[in-house]
Amino acid sequence: MNTRQLAKIAKRIGFWALIVLIMVYAVFPFYYAVVTSLKPSSDLFRVELWPSNWNFDNYISIFSQTSFLRAIFNSILVAFSVVFIALLLGITASYALGRVRFRGRSTVLLVILGVSMFPQVAVLSGLFEVIRALNLYNNPAGLILSYTIFTLPFTVWVLTTFMKQLPMELEEAAIMDGATPWITITKVFLPLMWPAMATTGLLAFIAAWNEFLFALTFTLTDAQRTVPVAIALLSGGSAYELPWGPIMAASVVVTVPLVVLVIIFQRRIVSGLTAGAVKG
Amino acid sequence: MSTSIKHDDAPAGARSFTTKPRRGTKVRRQRVKAAWLFLAPMLIALTLVAGWPLVRTFFLSFTDASLSDLGAANLIGFENYLVYDDGRWYGVLADSVWWQSVWNTVYFSVVSVSLEVVFGVIVALILNAEFKGRVIVRAAVLIPWAIPTIVSAQMWAWMLNDQFGIINHMLMGLGVIDAPIAWTASATYSMWAVIMVDVWKTIPFVALLVLAALQMLPKDCYEAAEVDGIHPLRVFFKVTLPLITPALMVAVIFRLLDALRVFDVIYVLTSNSTSTMSMSVYARQQLVEFQDVGYGSAASTLLFLIIALATVAYLYVGRKQIQLGGD
Repeated sequence: MNTRQLAKIAKRIGFWALIVLIMVYAVFPFYYAVVTSLKPSSDLFRVELWPSNWNFDNYISIFSQTSFLRAIFNSILVAFSVVFIALLLGITASYALGRVRFRGRSTVLLVILGVSMFPQVAVLSGLFEVIRALNLYNNPAGLILSYTIFTLPFTVWVLTTFMKQLPMELEEAAIMDGATPWITITKVFLPLMWPAMATTGLLAFIAAWNEFLFALTFTLTDAQRTVPVAIALLSGGSAYELPWGPIMAASVVVTVPLVVLVIIFQRRIVSGLTAGAVKG
Repeated sequence: MSTSIKHDDAPAGARSFTTKPRRGTKVRRQRVKAAWLFLAPMLIALTLVAGWPLVRTFFLSFTDASLSDLGAANLIGFENYLVYDDGRWYGVLADSVWWQSVWNTVYFSVVSVSLEVVFGVIVALILNAEFKGRVIVRAAVLIPWAIPTIVSAQMWAWMLNDQFGIINHMLMGLGVIDAPIAWTASATYSMWAVIMVDVWKTIPFVALLVLAALQMLPKDCYEAAEVDGIHPLRVFFKVTLPLITPALMVAVIFRLLDALRVFDVIYVLTSNSTSTMSMSVYARQQLVEFQDVGYGSAASTLLFLIIALATVAYLYVGRKQIQLGGD
């Protein structure tokens, strides 16, 4: 064996070591949360990489709390409603922005881009006032309304990008047949836009599911909270003796759906994340 | 998050296929009318949740409004920002905690975004290589991005726990430290704990943007470089890096804008400790916990101005043209 072959083998080993390192770095915190959640409270403070005795007490404890079940229900309600509204308003707006030339189009796009860069805190007091005025304080509907501030701009943006790529012959044929713009959207474009809508819907879902600041500020009682707030407040009270077992169990419960979504739809998510930024 | 900034030198991916009937035809007029009709719901929604609240926040910052009674607000001019009274300065701009939070935010943003870019590029280069199981590795890398920030903060808080955390356990096992470190409680280490969590969570985003750019690079110049026997590192700095710079710039601006408004990770990991407090945490504390809507709105307005200024400065310095939905 000569030096060149040796160098080649060393390179391959180094490469795979790096891959393993990246995998461990990415997955370990989640893995460790799963391990912790499966430990009985007596074992909690012994560091181990594999639970020596399996135990589901932490899961039983969080699922027997009605406030946690309510929080899961609220999160699902809010996330699905937000996705539905963002896609509904987004698809019509993106038709207008992607297929029709009109004066003021670039101004509208500039406004959308501007809104997507808003710091959430900058609108906090104004939005608080709006939500109170509409009588939606401490109500999931208030969260659904407020989440459009970050889901709508990027939904419109990405859908506009996809809408532009569709061939114009389709639309010309529809116009020749006398279809109104509404018919053109629902009958011609909608069937073709499903992949793009799935991608943006997924990203909007994840964003709404994970949101914290508005959920913390615009809700007051346990029954109206979403999961991130419920988990953050499990640790509330004193800074000592946090209920780490239940916190980790709750964390695993809310994360598993997302991890599954990511693994199934990773290609879509990647294309959605990069669609706006790279393709232009 | 993923809005588009198109650079001059970005590859012309999507050409516009917008139909252009002749000006003034009936069809065209009908289409323009329909376009505005279709835009209306979105514009109304954005006015309701973004435009109007922003205007109200500006307005409230000049009042003494309190959370318990928003209606009973009196205009007090610039008193929330800066006022000289009885030999002392008052207001957000005279508050040392505010300036501390500004410094914390800037420090956090610069350090974490720099680390994310370096590690993001490394991960992207690896994912760009052909190897078995690449799909699995890519899915694994995406996991931190999908985990809610609150959950990642809690998971890391547990791993960084001073007495029972695995990180102290491992570091002591390796002999790096003699005594456990109170990562999230000590003024010295808590900012690093926050940065650690943020870097872990956002490397995937940077890596994916860079990976998308890498996959569009022409293969032939790499083959040429290999034939000429040029060192891979040299190829990276002379060929790859200049070509992916536009994508990197996009990733950096999104990450910077995100980092400047950071809230969740700091709030959960270190609550309201002043040694890590960001501008968003400061503004929310004034607004909600101290119920001082006027003062909190002033802080929010300053945060908004800082981010707007940072965006303008970045675009000016980078001399990158924002091309809106280009034709």
